[in-house]
Amino acid sequence: MPQNEYIELHTKRHGRRLDYEEKKRKREGRMPHIMAEKAKKLRGIRAKLYNKKRHSEKIQMKKTIKMHEEKKTKQKAEDKDSKYGNPTYLLERENQIRAKVLSNTIKQKRKEKAGKWDVPLPKVKGVSEAEVFKVVKTGKTKRKAWKRMVTKVTFVGDGFTRKPAKFERFIRPMGLRFKKANVTHPELKASFFLPILGVKKNPSSSMYTSLGVITKGTVIEVNISELGLVTSAGKVVWGKYAQVTNNPENDGCINAVLLV
Amino acid sequence: MSFKGLCNLRLKNISRKAMPKRKLDAKEDRQRDDGGEEKQDERRIQCIFKSESGETDGSPFELPINISKDKLQLVCDAVIKNDEKVPYAFFVNGEEIRENLLKTVGEDILTKTETAVEIVYQPQAVFRVRAVTRCTSSLEGHADAVLYVAFSPNGRHLASGSGDSTVRLWDIYTETPQFRCKGHQHWVLCLAWSPDGRKLASGCKGGKVCLWNPETGKEICRSLTGHTDYISALAWKPLHLDPESRYLASSSKDRTVRIWDVMTFKTHMVISGHSAHISFVKWGGSNLIYTASHDRTVKVWRASDGVFCRNLDGHGHWVNTLALSTDYVMRTGAFDPANAKIVHDEVTDSPEELSKKAKARYDAVVATGGENGGFERLVSGSDDATMYLWRPEDSKKAIARMTGHQKPVNEVKFSPDTRIIASASFDKFVKLWDGFTGKFITTLRGHVNMVYQVSWSADSRLLVSSSKDSTLKVWKVEARELMLDLPGHADEVFAVDWSPDGQRVVSGGKDKVLKIWRS
Repeated sequence: MPQNEYIELHTKRHGRRLDYEEKKRKREGRMPHIMAEKAKKLRGIRAKLYNKKRHSEKIQMKKTIKMHEEKKTKQKAEDKDSKYGNPTYLLERENQIRAKVLSNTIKQKRKEKAGKWDVPLPKVKGVSEAEVFKVVKTGKTKRKAWKRMVTKVTFVGDGFTRKPAKFERFIRPMGLRFKKANVTHPELKASFFLPILGVKKNPSSSMYTSLGVITKGTVIEVNISELGLVTSAGKVVWGKYAQVTNNPENDGCINAVLLV
Repeated sequence: MSFKGLCNLRLKNISRKAMPKRKLDAKEDRQRDDGGEEKQDERRIQCIFKSESGETDGSPFELPINISKDKLQLVCDAVIKNDEKVPYAFFVNGEEIRENLLKTVGEDILTKTETAVEIVYQPQAVFRVRAVTRCTSSLEGHADAVLYVAFSPNGRHLASGSGDSTVRLWDIYTETPQFRCKGHQHWVLCLAWSPDGRKLASGCKGGKVCLWNPETGKEICRSLTGHTDYISALAWKPLHLDPESRYLASSSKDRTVRIWDVMTFKTHMVISGHSAHISFVKWGGSNLIYTASHDRTVKVWRASDGVFCRNLDGHGHWVNTLALSTDYVMRTGAFDPANAKIVHDEVTDSPEELSKKAKARYDAVVATGGENGGFERLVSGSDDATMYLWRPEDSKKAIARMTGHQKPVNEVKFSPDTRIIASASFDKFVKLWDGFTGKFITTLRGHVNMVYQVSWSADSRLLVSSSKDSTLKVWKVEARELMLDLPGHADEVFAVDWSPDGQRVVSGGKDKVLKIWRS
């Protein structure tokens, strides 16, 4: 194993061979011929894999060429105004108004993730009881096994008091209780950290719903008064449903999409 | 009695109708006070009435300390010989007496028996505008959001500009569409009625200004072109300076203000000097032009030759809006809201006569306010959430900096009697400020989203605001409280206007519908 970058060190100290650049150019010039030869020769699975690799490389190359071309030519500035009319006092501030100010990088990231906005998950994998509940052994000799500990994230309302240990069949650990969720408004493309009002439905089981277990695909009710949405009658909308899009027990946070 | 006569009577006498009865009540009360409650009687204080200009009437006299506002009015009527029955608002040390004297001056006044309490009285409008309560019609027709609505100076005509690049004129009596004016190629952003009510100017996002005849709905001439970016505001030369309504100023994003001669349909003058987008233009009553810009300054120009007069510095961010204390009187020109009728008369006066009337009204409004008044005041609202009150005719120093809003101030408006400034902000509040000193009066809370526009009723007693939360709200200014909530729009309400004759409020918004509200 080399103990250091000795080749770089050597070139630094002594320079390269005099014909280095020319040899390099020639090798690169020969490269397509070698590759073509190889592509002709290969058979079977190796040919398949090789062609696939070449295919993706070519696509990538075309993309980069296109990007460079775009950079060179002058683009006409895009009309940033919305399709619908806006009064003068809103003309210069559409981006500010539509959501909280989003920096460009965040917007870029969101574009990349665009697929994710379509979420409201139609299908979720069921969660078995064995996965959700851990058996807690009780009794002096740990023979009894009627107690269960919930191993998923839960929402527990404010008014909840625990039952005496003797009667408490389900334990919902404090560390996994959540009160707030990151809720994304799919049209505004902005997310807000909103308080949870309750668990509306856990698709896996009605028992989870009553226990307040939050897994991926669960529909929760959130308090959106902060967003300032109003009904046609001018009343502030208060609670609205949102669907959880991540696995909260793995991530340590709840991400959800507002159902509009 | 004819119908017209009846209406006249109603408008004028509403406020004073209950007066004789009240007088009786007052007498009875006093008798009862004399007989039964001697304790209350002991608590009297020396008072003297003082007009706004500082003149005192008569010698000091004693008043019971818990005298109510209504009774104070009766006493005042007797002392200052108020034959025309003008209603007054009373102030002690700059604070308005809203319920009774005691609540305003406080208990400790009783200890200072030597000095007389000065009660300043301010005349209020002799007519009263009734608050709008219901939507009488939802006018559909625009194919895109309604961006601007405006009543003509006498309230006879109604125009609206929309994102579908048309201006529409509506018949206010039947509440139906009248004319559809096509000429723009882009969103119609602003409208302005000439102060004689015979022309309507509209500016669009393409930078074109069109002139319309409200009687026929046709274009008066080919459109005025010259701006290279959108028109942000339009302002006519006030009627008392220009009887024929010949000159029109338009500000644009292209950093210039153009003054148009609408007789020859040419650019009369181009004013440039701002380094960024001009957001507002106003034509003052002393023939000065005020411009607000996104370069954080307000500039004053002489309209006659376009010479730059002074720079009003102070704002830390875009200046969004301007308002003059004489805005309302210059907007209504020769048509006094006090003489408004339900059925509008034909305007038969010659331009010179109208101009003379406008001049008289303008002078009267400028003179209000006693020692504080006497000149035109300018207020500017900005994105830095503050407002400045200026005396732009002769000073570049601000009278006051008004802080309190937490988000950009979108619109400011002086009340028609110039005593109060209302400001609408994106922080969901409407705030009221003293029109002379810029002192904060109160916050009107109620909207749950950004407030876009406000509009005063002609008697300065009511205020209507439009908001992103799809409602209009009517506020009682005297009581500083919400009077009515007017839901009905399906989306943001972009524009609202209270007709100068006080009978209608019109609103339009993103839901493409124009709504007319009446009492």
